[in-house]
Amino acid sequence: MAKRQLATTSRDNPGVKAWFGQGTPWVWLSGGAVAVSMVMVIGLIMLIAVRGLAHFWPAAVIEFDYVARPGDAPVRVIGELSRSETMTAVAMREAGFMVPEDQELVTRHLIKQGNRDVTGRDFVWYLEDGMSEWRYPRDIVQIERLQWGDFFGYLRSYEVDGVVVAQGDDARAQFEEQLAQTSALVTQIGRIERFDIGNVNFRMERIRLRERGLELTVDLDPSRREAITAQLAAERAALEAEHEVLEAQRQALRQEVGRFAVTVETMGGERVTIRLADIVHAWWPNDMSVAAKLVHYAGEFWKFVSGFPREANTEGGILPAIFGTVLMVLIMSVVVTPFGVLAAIYLREYAKQGPLVRTIRISVNNLAGVPSIVFGVFGLGFFVYFVGGSIDQTFFPEALPSPTFGSPAIIWASLTLALLTLPVVIVSTEEGLARIPSAIREGSLALGATKAETLWRTVVPLAAPGMMTGLILAVARAAGEVAPLMLVGVVKLAPNLPMDSNPPFLHLDRAFMHLGFHIFDVGFQSPNVEAGRPLVYATALILVLIIIVLNITAITIRNHLREKYKSESD
Amino acid sequence: MSERSDSTTQNLSKVSLPQAGGERLKLSRQTPSIEVDRLSLYYGDSLALKSISLVIPEKRVTAFIGPSGCGKSTLLRCFNRMNDLIDTCRIEGEIRLDGQNIYDPTVDVAELRRKVGMVFQKPNPFPKSIYENVAYGLRIQGVKDRRVLDEVVEKSLRRAALWDEVKDRLDANAFSLSGGQQQRLVIARAIAIEPEVILLDEPASALDPISTAKIEELIFELKEEYTICIVTHNMQQAARVSDFTAYLYLGELIEYDDTVTIFTNPKQQATEDYITGRYG
Repeated sequence: MAKRQLATTSRDNPGVKAWFGQGTPWVWLSGGAVAVSMVMVIGLIMLIAVRGLAHFWPAAVIEFDYVARPGDAPVRVIGELSRSETMTAVAMREAGFMVPEDQELVTRHLIKQGNRDVTGRDFVWYLEDGMSEWRYPRDIVQIERLQWGDFFGYLRSYEVDGVVVAQGDDARAQFEEQLAQTSALVTQIGRIERFDIGNVNFRMERIRLRERGLELTVDLDPSRREAITAQLAAERAALEAEHEVLEAQRQALRQEVGRFAVTVETMGGERVTIRLADIVHAWWPNDMSVAAKLVHYAGEFWKFVSGFPREANTEGGILPAIFGTVLMVLIMSVVVTPFGVLAAIYLREYAKQGPLVRTIRISVNNLAGVPSIVFGVFGLGFFVYFVGGSIDQTFFPEALPSPTFGSPAIIWASLTLALLTLPVVIVSTEEGLARIPSAIREGSLALGATKAETLWRTVVPLAAPGMMTGLILAVARAAGEVAPLMLVGVVKLAPNLPMDSNPPFLHLDRAFMHLGFHIFDVGFQSPNVEAGRPLVYATALILVLIIIVLNITAITIRNHLREKYKSESD
Repeated sequence: MSERSDSTTQNLSKVSLPQAGGERLKLSRQTPSIEVDRLSLYYGDSLALKSISLVIPEKRVTAFIGPSGCGKSTLLRCFNRMNDLIDTCRIEGEIRLDGQNIYDPTVDVAELRRKVGMVFQKPNPFPKSIYENVAYGLRIQGVKDRRVLDEVVEKSLRRAALWDEVKDRLDANAFSLSGGQQQRLVIARAIAIEPEVILLDEPASALDPISTAKIEELIFELKEEYTICIVTHNMQQAARVSDFTAYLYLGELIEYDDTVTIFTNPKQQATEDYITGRYG
């Protein structure tokens, strides 16, 4: 009887109510949420990957004649198409373009014409209406220079010591051959400047500090003082000699590379002479096979990843930023893991559960919700000025008034982020500890283990996957954080990496570059926004890739641990 | 009267009593191992054990029976102070192991637990290798010599009748063993540290009949060397393996005597009701 009644009830209410009752809409809703998330994540990565990676492809260079207003003499334009857009005629007229009265929509193209030193503007908009047919001359050369960005033009002649030795195709062959040699020498000069002379300067600074320290030491035997002074002077002399040798080497190399030059004709017909020493790379984009383009692409990408930035970060590579990001995340992990794990163990295992512990737990969780810039301000005030300042007063008085640790540095950035990610690690570790079955603890205690022995031999290893989960979340958060870093250690351009061959090798007191800040800087603070745009995408892509690699590493370790401590409860 | 004793005999005829017909062990003639003296235990305000006094004899098997919630597991856990883990738990009275009160403040609890080993209801091996599980207690004591460890691991596994089944895969995870094997592994782990007393808290309740038979056989062998206390719900099991039996009800010790007496001629009506299944 009851059964029949139930059956009729559901038959009486077909349609929406029954549909809801079956739970179908919830399946669709939850599935839809997953789908939307996936589309967003994949879309984001695709966007930055396409925009970022396309930058390194040697795009075709176009040439056309342009007539700005009817009746004007046509002007030759050479450049790379950056992007195109269609605007209303009204907006274009307001922007100062000549648009015929009867037209409503106008297509315009942004052309990267390079030659910033000659024309002053390297990205210029042109209306499609004024353009002639696009041509792709095979002999247009694109030259990447150390300064002033790219150069587009026709190679006219190749010169050695100011004398023209080759013209036309001959010039191209000789130029290419010589450029390979010159580039090697330029790299060598760069190495001497950056590393060898850098090292000498670093040691010189050390000697200066020791001299200053000697001055600050009051109670010192005069004969001893003299001995040290003499020794320092001798060391200084030795370094100066070393410096002179390096300087001479550098000069000789510079002279050697300075002998070669090429003359290139710009789109305006001007002839510009460029020294080979100033050229990073030269290629003929319209005269390349697909294979050659691929080689060029790989080379450009490698230079981007492994090079140092030039031209206010809009050219060159992002190696210091990659290095800084990874090093900072690693230091942060090293700090936050033991700290968070110990705190969680205390809270979960030792502390008497009561109102106080509850308050602490709530505070810790709330800490995760504090805006990161607040951590930045705290880091600046506490770590940089207070802790760093105290360290300077105590350990580096000879360097004062210039700060050693009392200025934004990678160590303070790492500590600030460690503080920021601490709640994540504590919460996950606590959850990991709570999941360990009490039977395991009892088993260990029943064998005569003390509570501490039980913890370290059994419970903590079992909770390790939980800790790794916390670390994964912490790394993901820390690697992407920018705002607090701007206050406590990140700079636009760091002269030195925080790690080099000078003892103590790891220079925690140095400011560093960071991919996140690099994106902000190149994209929004750079004098040349158009040139920086593709780099923003490329840098973002690298940042995402680094986070993915760091996470995959951590997840692999976690899965390995899970496998190792697999138990029935999992 | 006659009806009742008939049913008792009938019930017990299904149970094989090792001592039945043979010589009876006399409780008063045994060497005491654990002496429980007017032990009362509170969880917060509720009284879980009411002034219990009994003597557990050395190198014998003592069974604790009684309905669920009667306090038999609680009593067992007093013997190695596992109840210390419960914050609200408080005891009165004394438990003496070899004459020394184990609740004396000077007693090192870890040391006590090395003397009084325990095996729990559900097998609880550590998520480590079989070898490391058995070696755990020794490692805690700081034994690092591989030869000593090897020797003890083999000896313990042999005594727990597990050696032949696992000798080729000592490095395998303990969770790869079956439930019965895991329970014997846990027993091996407990005897590896040479305790005096082994407490078994319903050791076979989660096992199949064959594994149960193996565990019971093992208990029979182990009593040669160890004092054994076993909590069980299974009356036949108590009758089969134990020399002495204590019946607890609602935190009180109703009757304690040699197993044959308890099962054939209990003095208390309540005991008889329980073992004949009339309780409830």
